[in-house]
Amino acid sequence: MKPPPFDYYAPETLDEALALMAQHGYGAKALAGGQSLVPTMNFRLAAPSVLVDLNRILDLSYIRTASDGGLLIGAMTRHAQAEKSPKVADTYPLLHATMPNIGHPQIRNRGTLGGSIAHADPAAELPALLRAVQGRIKAQSARGSRWIDADDFFTGFFTTALAEDELITEIHLPPLPAGSGWAMQEVARRHGDFALVGVFAVLKLDASGRCEHVRISMFGVGDGPMLAETAMGVLRGEKLDDDAIATAAEAAAQKDVDPPSDVHATAAFRRHLVNVLVKRTLTQALARAAGQEVTA
Amino acid sequence: MSQRIPITVRVNGVTYQREVEPRLLLSDFIRHELNLTGTHVGCEHGVCGACTILFDGQPVRSCLLFAVQADGHDILTVEGLAPDPDHLHPIQEAFHEAHALQCGFCTPGFLMTLKPFLEENPEPTDEEIREAISGNLCRCTGYDHIVDAVRIAAEKMQK
Ligand SMILES: Cc1cc2nc3c(=O)[nH]c(=O)nc-3n(C[C@H](O)[C@H](O)[C@H](O)COP(=O)(O)OP(=O)(O)OC[C@H]3O[C@@H](n4cnc5c(N)ncnc54)[C@H](O)[C@@H]3O)c2cc1C
Ligand code: FES
Ligand code: FES
Repeated sequence: MKPPPFDYYAPETLDEALALMAQHGYGAKALAGGQSLVPTMNFRLAAPSVLVDLNRILDLSYIRTASDGGLLIGAMTRHAQAEKSPKVADTYPLLHATMPNIGHPQIRNRGTLGGSIAHADPAAELPALLRAVQGRIKAQSARGSRWIDADDFFTGFFTTALAEDELITEIHLPPLPAGSGWAMQEVARRHGDFALVGVFAVLKLDASGRCEHVRISMFGVGDGPMLAETAMGVLRGEKLDDDAIATAAEAAAQKDVDPPSDVHATAAFRRHLVNVLVKRTLTQALARAAGQEVTA
Repeated sequence: MSQRIPITVRVNGVTYQREVEPRLLLSDFIRHELNLTGTHVGCEHGVCGACTILFDGQPVRSCLLFAVQADGHDILTVEGLAPDPDHLHPIQEAFHEAHALQCGFCTPGFLMTLKPFLEENPEPTDEEIREAISGNLCRCTGYDHIVDAVRIAAEKMQK
């Protein structure tokens, strides 16, 4: 179980990396933390002919405050950096709460935010987080750069809107709406394993206590991160009492997902988890929106 | 023909210069090129933790890095843990005392994970200990003795 041969480049600037991606096209792959790519190469599920190692491009690693008050995060920022960042803890508690769920400490020391989003594992946390907060992904190539909305970025099973020659260079997490509440919950067999099912919820009430804004995104239940569209429709404009939350959770489980059965869990169990986790996240998000302390 | 790339790596304080094929895993480089066989290889997909080493002081999976990526970096393997040939590191002593290993296959990975953890968290709670070792699998001990050993090691390292 060893990777097949490939040519290796370790550019020190983004421009060089983009030129290499343009030159080598389809056979070239970016190497970020390697925590998803190298296992697939070791098992020969992937056999890129060229690896463009991004680890020497030091200026792709940063966490900055965006002009809208959200965060701009460089693609090569390691999971552990985001996990331990005081700026993330202060300005983006949802991201702060999410990070420890990604793999184990050793994985987080290497794995990157850009890599996780480019890889688009349907059971990964960050793609679903991006959809919950309506984040954006900056794609760059030798041809230029563009921002892609998270809602348009994840196009299918391990598939994204990135072109062959494009790299993710930055991620934008807009601030959550003022006065909103958030929650993140997942169920995994063992802590640090990929989740069987996970749910993010962000919501905001208007002055009369009705739901003005709601986003519910789910992972582990489909080809990629998914929105619970029916459940969101059930909640919009309503008072969020226990009945409304229960109805939304039931709608999410029955209408919004068609989960897989595999060795880890049956489809029926995943539906059950969607129901429970949507209920829990909505309840927690509501409590946070009301300014209450919530312990995970 | 595939490339061969010259690299310079410091491992346990010794500088090595070698030429490697890009696809050579760092775990295989350490074991086969440097003959440091204390770093174990269990799964080669990042799950078991047996291959954990310190890369610039941080615990990482050596099976998920290529040796070329280690060029210019500093590595510590289990062979570099003890202060000298006659003494064990306090974490090693604690594993010995608490019966925290049986077959020992997983042990180097646990030790390398725990060194920076205990340096950063001198008084960990049991919950923190279990989180710290969540990325290391052991098929023998059932983990309780490992958690005991970490508590003992924490005390030893305070002295
Ligand atoms: C044991 C284990 C447990 C894990 N558990 C979890 C978990 O619970 N949740 C979770 O989300 N993840 C988990 N992971 C995956 C981990 O988070 C990875 O780090 C992440 O998915 C990929 O990031 P990377 O930086 O390692 O990317 P790599 O493995 O280097 O790359 C992954 C893919 O993305 C491409 N890519 C990387 N960076 C870029 C870029 N900037 N632009 C364009 N393409 C790029 C690569 O070409 C490759 O196709 C786990 C991994 C392991 C080994
Ligand atoms: S051999 Fe590297 S994690 Fe198992
Ligand atoms: S002691 Fe045998 S695997 Fe841990």
